[in-house]
Amino acid sequence: MSEIKKFMYLNRRAPYGTIYAWESLEVVLIGAAFEQDVSLAFVDDGVYQIMKGQDTAEVGMKNFSPTYSALGDYEVTKLYVEKESLEERGLTIDDLMDLKWEDEDEDWAEKDSIILVSREELSQAMSEQDVVFSF
Amino acid sequence: MSELHTVNKSPFEKSSLESCLGHAQEGSAVLLLEDGVYGAAKGAAAVEAKMKAATGIKLYVLGPDFKARGLSADRLIDGVEMVDYAGFVDLAAEHDKVVAWV
Repeated sequence: MSEIKKFMYLNRRAPYGTIYAWESLEVVLIGAAFEQDVSLAFVDDGVYQIMKGQDTAEVGMKNFSPTYSALGDYEVTKLYVEKESLEERGLTIDDLMDLKWEDEDEDWAEKDSIILVSREELSQAMSEQDVVFSF
Repeated sequence: MSELHTVNKSPFEKSSLESCLGHAQEGSAVLLLEDGVYGAAKGAAAVEAKMKAATGIKLYVLGPDFKARGLSADRLIDGVEMVDYAGFVDLAAEHDKVVAWV
């Protein structure tokens, strides 16, 4: 008997400077094969991971930001972004990529993957998880 | 002795930028690179205030690292100059030594 569990990936690091963001994405994609209830949380410098317009041509590193757009295809459709973390960095939701997923039950209607939440709402969502993976 | 200080950590995660600016003397230069480049982006009030308080110090940001992170030149804090890798080498050569705030 398989029981569906709630998994949250907690992302708190900026991309490129360390390997955390890329590793998190790798684990999310692997974990997606297990058909659990998966969500991602972007908190603190983690919000920088999904900035739009990333251009790594001159640094000689792979720009892995387009991969976040593919998460919907793996049924990873809940990306919580903490409002306070954006504000502290002078960012708004318009600075982030427009990430969507297609709802099979509603004739493949496109829906937003990003869920803008307050610190309090995120803390609530976190408390409802069975497992939280930190990156 | 003139110094080139480098900061490669996010100002939101580490105190490297604050320490660096607190120790950099007039006439020295500070270059933000890697995750340090977030310190050169407009809009974060606390960080911007620290950068603007650094008078008499030349402030630079490494363009390739700034762009990699989705930041464009129009988001640069006033007074910060963008340099490329060749500019980084020139800065290192122009100063007597490099002090890295890792």
